[in-house]
Formats: sequence, structure tokens, C-alpha cells
Amino acid sequence: MEAVDGNAIGGLLTEVFGTEMTDAASVCGSCGAARLVAELAVYRPALGTVVRCRSCDSVLMVFVKIHDRTCVDLLGLATLG
Amino acid sequence: MAGTALRRRLTWQVAKVSAVTVETASVRTLTLEVPDWPGHQAGQHLDIRLTGEDGYVAERSYSIASAPGEPVAITVERLDDGEVSLYLTDELRTGDDLELRGPIGGYFVWEPGNGGPLLLLAGGSGIVPLRSVLRHRERAGSTVPVRLVYSSRTLNDVIYRAELDRPASGVEVIYTLTRSQPPGWSGYARRADAALLAEVAWPAAAMPLAYVCGPTSFVEAVSQALVQSGYPPERIKTERFGATGGT
Amino acid sequence: MSPVSRGFHRRRQDPAENAGRVPPGQYVTKDFPVLSAGPTPHTALDRWTFSIGRLGQQKTWSWAEFRALPTQKVTVDIHCVTKWSKLDTAWQGVSVDTLLEAAGHDGPFAMARCDGGYTTNVPVADLTGGKAWVAYAYDGQPLTAEHGGPARLLVPHLYFWKSAKWVRSLELRDTDDPGFWENYGYHIYGDPWREQRYAGD
Repeated sequence: MEAVDGNAIGGLLTEVFGTEMTDAASVCGSCGAARLVAELAVYRPALGTVVRCRSCDSVLMVFVKIHDRTCVDLLGLATLG
Repeated sequence: MAGTALRRRLTWQVAKVSAVTVETASVRTLTLEVPDWPGHQAGQHLDIRLTGEDGYVAERSYSIASAPGEPVAITVERLDDGEVSLYLTDELRTGDDLELRGPIGGYFVWEPGNGGPLLLLAGGSGIVPLRSVLRHRERAGSTVPVRLVYSSRTLNDVIYRAELDRPASGVEVIYTLTRSQPPGWSGYARRADAALLAEVAWPAAAMPLAYVCGPTSFVEAVSQALVQSGYPPERIKTERFGATGGT
Repeated sequence: MSPVSRGFHRRRQDPAENAGRVPPGQYVTKDFPVLSAGPTPHTALDRWTFSIGRLGQQKTWSWAEFRALPTQKVTVDIHCVTKWSKLDTAWQGVSVDTLLEAAGHDGPFAMARCDGGYTTNVPVADLTGGKAWVAYAYDGQPLTAEHGGPARLLVPHLYFWKSAKWVRSLELRDTDDPGFWENYGYHIYGDPWREQRYAGD
């Protein structure tokens, strides 16, 4: 499946962080690439949302919604916002 | 004021469909009455949520087609396998409820103060947020020069054609038709590649601002070509639509 | 619950003739959706290897060696946790029984590791007895990259996220540690007939 970008999860990110995040800065914890969240690669295989670094493909963020809970993993990021 | 609108809580609310406009054989624009709409910026989108009788829920995102200040409208392309798009284009009627939340997006937005010259690049339904930009520019009385490069499969697939055939002053529209062209067509007839962009894009020296929207493959190809032609990456904003058409 | 959208319903209904073959909560599709958590890897066959065993003691095959192993053609139903089921899918591959026999069976649990970094955990008991394959062909054709080629794990009696695409090894181990999706709340085992979609189901 083709990746989309952080624009596609604008609503999800606002839900999780309580504020607009697509224009926030991010830094990849693996390769140090700096990008705005809107420019990250986003995969949505229906099981969850996986956000990857466009430079090195490392997983930066994972969101999984199960029933009414959202599991959020940001461990791949060095910094966000 | 737009800044505070962006930062308020994003909650689901029920809107009413006030009009359905046929744009092309497979594309409809839905005009919505949204009771608690805080206003929006050109380029933003909203999320739609459909709930079936059995509790089945489907969510999709659609770019806002109208300018700030105009009634909220979204434009939806019916996709072959799309259960949501099929519902929105073929089932939904004036007077129906539609649950939505928005506006969403603080990156792929344009205000007259952002300046230009503007290069807008649309692949298929990627034209939707860019049309909002064009309408906002006109309503705001902006004189920023614009070139819109719009790639469609055929002339019949061009959305907002009547409007785009009579662009506002300072706006140039360049179509390219990738699958088939009408008899006598003298315009571009291929995918927007580096050579095509070299002919129609603002030169990099003009310090243009580019907005690229459409399927991922279109956005990647066009952005790469612009970067190679000298556009700084930070002057190129991108929005990739997935196979589902919306974001 | 949100207000009901007039006239909106799920795309597909289950025809009665499939009753008994379709686990609870599933609908039958003729499509084969491509769902992926990352970019499609493309591993050249002359660099591809498959390994099985405990770390440090794995048996490894090259593509040529792997393709020389006895293979099986199977037709199975597959069930995705996202609710679609696809009936009568035809695969060709090497039974995990064959691979374990060659390697020397050891360890109650396995972690599938894949190009691109995906992982999923499966008890070895669910990989043996003719229940699992490393499949390299689908519907009579070499498995395409987007569907997991050169080879993917095929464990049709569990939800299809366990049938890991782009599989490169089955690491045998003593603990049933969660793989990628299991880590985020998907069920550690994933039996579609008991509707074990999420942890706690």
C-alpha cells in the first residue's frame, strides 16, 4: 500500500495531543532527519496507523485504536513539537 | 482569529446536507450546514464519520472545497471499492445528517500573507483544497500571481471545469490530460513530468510557493521534479491522498 | 453511539452458502486487500535466505536451496482481523514441518522476523502438524512483493496478521513474547473462531 502523509492523520493527532500537530516539527530518533509531521510517511493498514521517517523508514509513531482506547507509541521520535 | 480557531477542541458534530452538486460523472460536491463551525482556512480538511444501523463505523477525511467565509463544502470522488465514497456520492441527499469534525490541518494552508508567486499542482481529486485556495485568494482580493497545473485522466474528469475555464485575474490554469484527449486538443497530454514543469512552473529564482496535492505517486514525482529544478524543499507543501481518494 | 447515517451499511453481506466457513464478525470478500505497516521490501533472490531455529543455532537456506525442498499446494480460507475473509485461496509453499524437521525441532514458541522489521509471534504447536507454510506462490503465480513475496508465512487458522509477509526467519524461543501488533493490543494468539482480535478477548 502506498504511504500517505501526516496530513491524513490530522484529526487523530489532534485527538491524541489535544492540539493541531501537522505543522509541528519532528526529529527521527534513528537518523536525525528533521521534518514537519505533515511530511512524514503514514501507513494505515486498518489494524493501526504507523508513521515512519521518510529518510530511513524507521517507525516514529504508532497509533492503535482498540474499542475506545488509543494506544500511542512515540518511541521512535527523538523530539516532537 | 484564524489562529484561535485552529487550536480549539476538535469534536464531532452533526451537519445537514444543504445541497448536492454534480461536478462530473463520479464526483459530487456536498454543501453543508454546520451548526457550530468555527471557520476554516483554505487547504484544510474535515473528517466524516458514518454509522450503520448495526453500529458499523467508517471514517474518512475530505478536503474543504469552499473558501473561508463560504458555506462549508466537500467534494467527493466515487471510488470503485469505496463504501464511504459510494454512500456520499450516490446515497446521501439534501436534508440528510452527516457527522463531521473540523477544520483540521495547520500545514497545508494558504493565506494571502504567505505570498507567492503560487504554483498549485493538482492530481485528480487533489484539486479540491487548491480550489479553496483559489477562491480564498479571489475573495480576499489578493493579487499574488498563480499558476495551477491540473492533471486529470480526461477532460470529463476535470472537476470545477466551468470555474477553472474562467479563472480570476492573475491566475493561469494549465490542464494536462493523461489518458485521453478530446479531438483538437492542443494542451498537454501526459503526466506532469520534469519537462512539462520546466515549461509551466514559475522559475525557482522567483521564490515561488508550491502546493502539491493528489495521489502519492503524483505528489512524489512532482515534488522531486520541483526540487531538482531548484525549488527549496521548504517552499513545497505536499498533501498525499491514498487510494481512498480523500486523505 | 453516534447518530445512524441514513442508508449507510457495510459493503458486503454474508451469503448463506458460506455459513460455517466464516468466523463470527467476518464478511466474505473477493478482493485481496493489501495492508502494510511500511514500505514494500524488495529483496533480491540471490540475497534472500530463510532461517529457522534458536538464535545462534539456526538452519539457513538460500533461495535455490529453499525451492529445492518438498513443497505443497494448499487451498485455504484466510481471515483478517479487520473483518474480511477470503475463501479458497490457493498457495504453494514449504510446510513449516519440513523446515523444522531439517532444523531439529526445538522451543515452544516462535517469532517470525521479516524484511522491513515486522514481527509476529506464534506457538510452534500452531506451526506444525500441517497447519503452516512458508509460501512463495499465490494463485499459481510467484507471490508478488505487495502480498509478501518472495515468501510469506501462511498460518490460515489464525488471524491473517500472523501470516507475516516478507518472512526471513522463524526464531524458536521459550517465551511467547508479543510481536509488532500484539505489542499494541492485538490478541497474543488470534483465533478467529473465538474472535480473539484484541488482548483480553
